[in-house]
Amino acid sequence: MGINDRVQEKSSVRLPDAKNLVLSSSPHLSSSADVRKIMLLVIFCMLPACGAGVWFFGLPALKVLLLSLFFCVGLEALWCFCAGKPVWGTIGDCSAAVTGILLALNLPPGVPFYVPLVGAALAIWLGKQIYGGLGNNPFNPVLVGRVGLLIALPALMTTWSPARGMAENYPEYQAFGMADPALAAGATSAPMELTTCATPLGVASTLPAPEAGKNRFEKIDNPSMWKEYFIGRQGGCIGETCAPALLLGGILLVIFNLINWRVPLYFAGTVFVLSGIVHFFFPQVTPTPLFHLLTGGLLLGAIFMATDMVTSPITGTGCLIFAVGCGIITTVIRIWGNYPEGVSFSILFMNALVPLIDRWFVKRPFGYTRRRREAK
Amino acid sequence: MSTLWIAAIVMGVLALVLGTAIGIFVKFFKVDRDPRIELVLELLPGANCGGCGRAGCADFAKAVVAGEVQPFRCPVSSREQVNAIAFALGVDPGDGFARRAVVCCSGDNRQTQMRKFYNGTIDCAAASMIGGGPKGCRYGCIGMGNCAHACPFGAIEVINSLAVVHQEICVGCGKCVDACPRGVIKLVPAQSEAHVYCNSPEKGAVKRSLCHGGCIGCGKCEKAFPAKFKKTGFLARVDYEAEELPTAEDVAQIKCPTGALATETRHYEAEKVSSRGGNK
Amino acid sequence: MNKSSRKVMSFTGGIHPVSEGKKLTDTHAVHTAPLLERYTVLVQQNAGKAPDVVVKPGDKVLKYQLLAKASGFVSADLHSPTSGEIAGIVEVPGPMGVPALALDIRSDGEDRACEIFAPIPEWRSAEPQVLLQRVADAGLVGMGGASFPTRVKLSIPPGKKVDTLILNGAECEPYLSADHRLMLESPCRVLEGAAIIGHLLGIQNIYVGIEINKHDAIAELERFSEDYGIRIVPLQVQYPQGSEKQLINAIVNRAVPPGGLPADVGCVVQNVGTAAAVSDAVTLGIPLVERIVTVTGKVLKDPGNWKLRIGTPVIKAIEFCGGITAEPSKLILGGPMMGFAQNSYEVPVSKNTSGILLFSRRRALNYSSGSCIRCGRCVQGCPMGLCTCLLATAIEGGRYDLAEQNHVMDCLECGSCAYVCPAHRPLVQTLRLAKAEIRRQRAAAKANGGK
Repeated sequence: MGINDRVQEKSSVRLPDAKNLVLSSSPHLSSSADVRKIMLLVIFCMLPACGAGVWFFGLPALKVLLLSLFFCVGLEALWCFCAGKPVWGTIGDCSAAVTGILLALNLPPGVPFYVPLVGAALAIWLGKQIYGGLGNNPFNPVLVGRVGLLIALPALMTTWSPARGMAENYPEYQAFGMADPALAAGATSAPMELTTCATPLGVASTLPAPEAGKNRFEKIDNPSMWKEYFIGRQGGCIGETCAPALLLGGILLVIFNLINWRVPLYFAGTVFVLSGIVHFFFPQVTPTPLFHLLTGGLLLGAIFMATDMVTSPITGTGCLIFAVGCGIITTVIRIWGNYPEGVSFSILFMNALVPLIDRWFVKRPFGYTRRRREAK
Repeated sequence: MSTLWIAAIVMGVLALVLGTAIGIFVKFFKVDRDPRIELVLELLPGANCGGCGRAGCADFAKAVVAGEVQPFRCPVSSREQVNAIAFALGVDPGDGFARRAVVCCSGDNRQTQMRKFYNGTIDCAAASMIGGGPKGCRYGCIGMGNCAHACPFGAIEVINSLAVVHQEICVGCGKCVDACPRGVIKLVPAQSEAHVYCNSPEKGAVKRSLCHGGCIGCGKCEKAFPAKFKKTGFLARVDYEAEELPTAEDVAQIKCPTGALATETRHYEAEKVSSRGGNK
Repeated sequence: MNKSSRKVMSFTGGIHPVSEGKKLTDTHAVHTAPLLERYTVLVQQNAGKAPDVVVKPGDKVLKYQLLAKASGFVSADLHSPTSGEIAGIVEVPGPMGVPALALDIRSDGEDRACEIFAPIPEWRSAEPQVLLQRVADAGLVGMGGASFPTRVKLSIPPGKKVDTLILNGAECEPYLSADHRLMLESPCRVLEGAAIIGHLLGIQNIYVGIEINKHDAIAELERFSEDYGIRIVPLQVQYPQGSEKQLINAIVNRAVPPGGLPADVGCVVQNVGTAAAVSDAVTLGIPLVERIVTVTGKVLKDPGNWKLRIGTPVIKAIEFCGGITAEPSKLILGGPMMGFAQNSYEVPVSKNTSGILLFSRRRALNYSSGSCIRCGRCVQGCPMGLCTCLLATAIEGGRYDLAEQNHVMDCLECGSCAYVCPAHRPLVQTLRLAKAEIRRQRAAAKANGGK
């Protein structure tokens, strides 16, 4: 004030007190993006997959979706309330909602209500908040929830309902052995009501040893079945079956600049190439690469989970290493592992390596040439 | 039954081999270390604060045993602890004033005109680079708690955007002095009961326009106790080099017009009370 | 040459800020400000050392008269913006937020000029040394923002050879249109200035880089560029196109090494405003006492470009624009990306003030302390290829050594990272803190090593 007074001159313009001017560092402009907008866009990109899930698995899937969303947001609010964090501020960034929807997409349709509850607790509390909330979690919260459930409640997590349209095409699904045993004993010719079924990967891992000269996977791995799988007529989690919806979501994510397109491409590509090599040399060990691409959670994992901003590397090279690593581990688990599906484990494993990847594969800054670096 | 035997035998052999190995290593790879270092280390507080200027208590213990420094250099240890170390080693404990940190600023958010609209990193050093920080004064405490973070003993609390040192916890290690970008924190003899809570050498009128709590350089304290206070320009300071240091009675007698000269307890109480009032 | 088929140059990284800001002023012709009663001319208007004041309070001065003499190599002369009396040397709020010394000049209303040096119309036959001395005498500094004394920039260190002069007309900062108007209204001054600098350095290759959103300026300069042998290079609209290193990269595809100067790759970069000032100093013999300033912001009644004398308080500039219509929440000197926020309306205009911006609360970026979601947008946007978010995390954890290893010192502070950050983290401030701290540590280490 003292200094201002001395220079002050009578001015014809009335200005508010200069002390009300905000002081901050440059820059003084920002783009319109903020965390909430990013999260809402991610939710928008997940809508096709949600829609497909509800279409193929009916109302139980919708119930799981809504319950999971509700539990995740509610448990986040509860944590923030107990921890003395701003409740609305934390829920307001919509990251819990993204976790909730993504968790539901990773659950089998028709699970009882407590499965999403336990999953949400694992995801939000164990996966995210104990590390300090959004941005600080080393592991993808959704996968923490899913893997936790898979280990804790294996029976519930591997009980699949058949997708809409599977029953009509019953003869082609014989290999899945998914009919209710009681019903199967009664009628053999008439199309019957399916209550549970297996996933294609589950079937592939339990098929009996092949007869001589015959392809072991013939029944479940042929062009007409590929078409079925692609459309989404297969057993599986709510969000992982319908490839067109997932691809649409992926394209939207890339258009909105929310994910690095390299991650899904390299992830799926690695699985495709590796399983292709194994299939080429040992056709009895594993089905064709196309089968691997279309079944299980590969597309869901590659497009929505491995690309999670918080738990994936930052630079392009880092993303390449990360995605290829995910692909290799997925293939290894699928072909030789105990579990039929390895996407979740592979992503979690690579999540743990992200800090190292970030440290080793930093970009070369402007003006640094390779030779200069070596000289140093 | 055989499994049990195998297990027992394996474990036994393992224990034997490892035990022998350890015995051999102890014998042949022994590091000669003065047992007195361990002893001194036991007697030291073990906070590894670095207040002595060494890398930690172990380093300090080594230096003390080697006779490079005197035990009193540990700012954390009490007189009795220092004497205990000196007695154990049979050396002179040395003599020095125990020191305390003082944040020489009374510019809390009631006294200074806070520019409320600082927007950015909550960090004193970063804030001081932008237009001189959130308070008008260029010399005072910024109040974003770099010192509080740096203090290994948790002795500094930021109340009303002003860092206040809890004298009963502070050991005078000096970590906060290095952390403060403004140099507001001073290490002073612990015997001094009162301090001048202002750090600005600016002219009295300028200071007054920015902060009601600052020293205006009226010289009342210097006139009353010329031996205890020193005024340079518009800022009076307690003469910490002097024989006698100001006491609470002196402060009561001087009646500093702005309250910049205050006793430690009075200063802390004032902040504490006003923070309660502010919360209502 | 077919203009439309020409390649539009650019660099990698960077951002594309909103274009709305420029529209506020880029069609407004430059007005000349009326004479004021008093000017508060900052003593230090250049990077480096402050010049020595050569006048005393009570002295009568004429317009263009020397007020302060350069005190060293990296310093610049200062001249009086008008005729009048020195009322005193006072402290005014400085553009960096801390009070700064200024000469308080009371205008006598006559605006009498003194001729301090003779024009050199025949500069083509003049000695380079004479021209360089003129540049120094006229008190020229870089007018883009850094205010580095031009004389220093044009004194090429021995052993370095420069073959290319690049004129920076990119004006990549949003909201600013001062250089745009300058190029449009006086293209010949800009080109002549460039030719003079070229002659001074003995350089034949002269380029003017202009972003393609200023197509009218490109066309205007191209009308005359043939006469001077200067090439006009259209550039992509991309921030920070006008940064020295990025501009050199875009136009001649050379990479300035880290910690190096443009002269290391044979280039000299000058702002178009500086070139125009060089032309004035040489052909007309007048020193730098006024400049074009964009006074803009939606809260202003009538934003526009003004030719303001140095020492004009910001409040007067706002007055010229008819005052305000809504309450401003931020006052910025310079561009919105790299300018400094002020908390006084009394800050005077100096030689490097390219813009005066008033932002409403809605427009101004509001930083928050939210945590990083590692989206990587800052990494994509960094023109220097730094992993900004990782650096910021390291710095917040006190790991300055890690930040230094990862090249935090190469940061331009251009603000691209904080612009795109969805969590609105104060990234530039964090990086600036680390740079200051590391510089301090290095100086301390040097001092210790010296002992």
